[in-house]
Amino acid sequence: MKKEESISLEPRPQNPIESLIRVERLPHMWCPGCGIGISMGAFTRAVVESGIDQNSLSVVSGIGCTGRVAGYLRLDTFHVTHGRAVPFATGLKLGNPKLKVVVYSGDGDLMAIGGNHLIHAARRNVPLTVILINNFNYGMTGGQFGPTTPMEAFGATAPYGNYEYPFNLPYLMDVCGAAYIARWTVYHVRQLTRSITEAMSKDGFSFIEVITPCPELYLRRNRLGDALKEMIYLKENSRIQNGAETRTVAIEKIRGEIIIGKFVDRERPGYIQSLDGHLQKVLGARYQRPPFWEK
Amino acid sequence: MKKTKPKPKIKELVHLTADPRGVLTGVHFMNGDQAACEGALAAGCRFVAGYPITPSTEIVERFASRIPTVGGIFIQMEDEIASSIAIQGAAWAGLKSMTVSSGPGFSLMMEHVGLAAMLETPCVFIDVQRAGPSTGLPTLPGQADMMQVRWGAHGDYEIIALVPNSPQECFDLTIQAFNLSEEFRVPTFVMMDECVGHMAERVVIPPADKIKIFNRRYTTLPPEEYLPYRTGKDLVPWFVKAGTGRRFHITGLTHDERGYPMMNAETQGKLVRRLVDKIRANAEQIVRYEEEDCEGAEVVVISYGITSRVASRAVEMARKQGIKVGRFRPVVVWPFPEKRIRQLAGMVGGFVVAELNYGQISLEVERLVAGKVPEKAIEKRRVNQPGAATAKSD
Amino acid sequence: MPAKRPRGKVHTAAERCKGCGFCIEFCPLKALRASGALNRGGFHFPEIVAPEKCSGCNMCGMICPDFAIWSEKLVREKDEAEAED
Repeated sequence: MKKEESISLEPRPQNPIESLIRVERLPHMWCPGCGIGISMGAFTRAVVESGIDQNSLSVVSGIGCTGRVAGYLRLDTFHVTHGRAVPFATGLKLGNPKLKVVVYSGDGDLMAIGGNHLIHAARRNVPLTVILINNFNYGMTGGQFGPTTPMEAFGATAPYGNYEYPFNLPYLMDVCGAAYIARWTVYHVRQLTRSITEAMSKDGFSFIEVITPCPELYLRRNRLGDALKEMIYLKENSRIQNGAETRTVAIEKIRGEIIIGKFVDRERPGYIQSLDGHLQKVLGARYQRPPFWEK
Repeated sequence: MKKTKPKPKIKELVHLTADPRGVLTGVHFMNGDQAACEGALAAGCRFVAGYPITPSTEIVERFASRIPTVGGIFIQMEDEIASSIAIQGAAWAGLKSMTVSSGPGFSLMMEHVGLAAMLETPCVFIDVQRAGPSTGLPTLPGQADMMQVRWGAHGDYEIIALVPNSPQECFDLTIQAFNLSEEFRVPTFVMMDECVGHMAERVVIPPADKIKIFNRRYTTLPPEEYLPYRTGKDLVPWFVKAGTGRRFHITGLTHDERGYPMMNAETQGKLVRRLVDKIRANAEQIVRYEEEDCEGAEVVVISYGITSRVASRAVEMARKQGIKVGRFRPVVVWPFPEKRIRQLAGMVGGFVVAELNYGQISLEVERLVAGKVPEKAIEKRRVNQPGAATAKSD
Repeated sequence: MPAKRPRGKVHTAAERCKGCGFCIEFCPLKALRASGALNRGGFHFPEIVAPEKCSGCNMCGMICPDFAIWSEKLVREKDEAEAED
């Protein structure tokens, strides 16, 4: 108790991003050294720096460690079922296209149980920004292997090592037709922040994969050291290659170079534009644009 | 303007009349699926997400064709799981929304029946029942999802389910389903069956100003005072839609009035008790049934949906033989008309429950009349094999 | 804008710190160190070792997973004087 007293209790100026965080819920539930909080910080700075209307910004999360992001953001936030953040967000966006809708969830949530929804939203080019936090395993349930776990890595359900090929997420999103695709690590906070701003300005489907340390489960089980060591690893072993061919950016081994950067940024009519334009063209004067889109 | 707003009642109900853009006023010859679609449009449904499945597809086909000229959205999702949550996204954007399916798809939707109950999302599901289990008989009727709709998702919750027995009722009850869903913020179900869905009859669609519409109550509180799950005596919290500056959080986790997750037994007890009580305490207001010559009858035939029409014939035949037969048809099946069935138990000789399954609603009846009617006097009758009613009802 | 080299000031919310050490490691000017004291969670929160070194770049704030530290630039002498009051 004595030692605590050395913490200064004098009033401090507010961290500029705190207006976007439900500070009454801090400290958050993520483990020491977990990178999800870093990505959330990058997201809040992107929101502040882009000057986006915060009252028109909704965040939808699924289930899992990253699924808890929605609950810590002081925005209109939705914490829905496992894997279904994307279709919920699709309904929300179509119900009110003036909303900026961000899906913020983990690799297991979005790519395993929610994989079908993710590829179809990318195909339709629904104007959503998907921030996928990739920590290479299921954290909330105790570190089971998942669809992004590298070959031979250990997981709670891969006690002898993983023998399934992982997804190359940027490549997958590329062939599905996403309008914007990037990958960063949580060490690359400045680039990540800029990338989130760019992604939110797209009229189509934008996708950012964020590589994140999971110190208590993935790193520990694979004897990769602590979170700090992993952050230094990410700093030293990531190579920025903007515009890289997405098929070349797979992460299949536990250790090795990680290609990061903005891979895809293309113009392709978003779902709302397609729907509106097509029906207008075909139905002419009979077409009634949804009145709730105008408001 | 047709949108006249009658005096607010005690609960400040938002009663309106229908938006004329969605109302196809006139006398029509249409099937139950088409009528249900028109009911949804008349109720103000402007968002449908669905996935093709027999025998419910005609509902979404018609919606897809009608909605671009009415002003709304149809989206065909990648599966029923996605459909049943896309409608909830739309609901939180402020729309009235619906999804439609049949047995196998309805099974996939159960996850989001639970979510809608937990988030208190107003939304409507239509299940055009076919015979199951699994893929079963896609083109023939069943009534075997009656317990699934009540209990299909995990955990404790309550829903509302209505069962039409004609295309006209498909229209009327779909409107009713939206009204109840909006009023109680609960997922509400229209439990059709293949026969009712595919048979065509006269359907009268009244003028828009004769159709009563109920809209969810939106909060008027400023952001600093508003809590998404604070309720008054009616146990139904006032709604908030995204984009209004309230900065609210909602979660499928057990949550407190602020909508924040709270992992303890007290919060669980308080929340789920309210989710259950908001329907149970209002059951008398929600329940709807039709009865004929029940009091003092030797036997009362209980049936619903298409089976009620088949049973009518049997009742008439029995009456010709001089048997005193009453007829009872729950229109709202969940909550069940418990009070009335209990009353009747003391006044009648016995019950016959006719339904297209191997005993679902009959179990509910047995439970209610136990001890009041000799056990032998409760008969569960299959009118036909599930799936075999088509020829007869045609 | 005065041409003076910008200086910064670090703020901490020590009670939120989980002791990951990212801010200390990645501070480009090595202006932070782990405090000898512990917060309520039992973590050694960061403290400034060399206030004159801080440039206010906010790398600490950006890399902190717990919203427990951030820095701001102090550009004008007047502002600086007020901040130190």
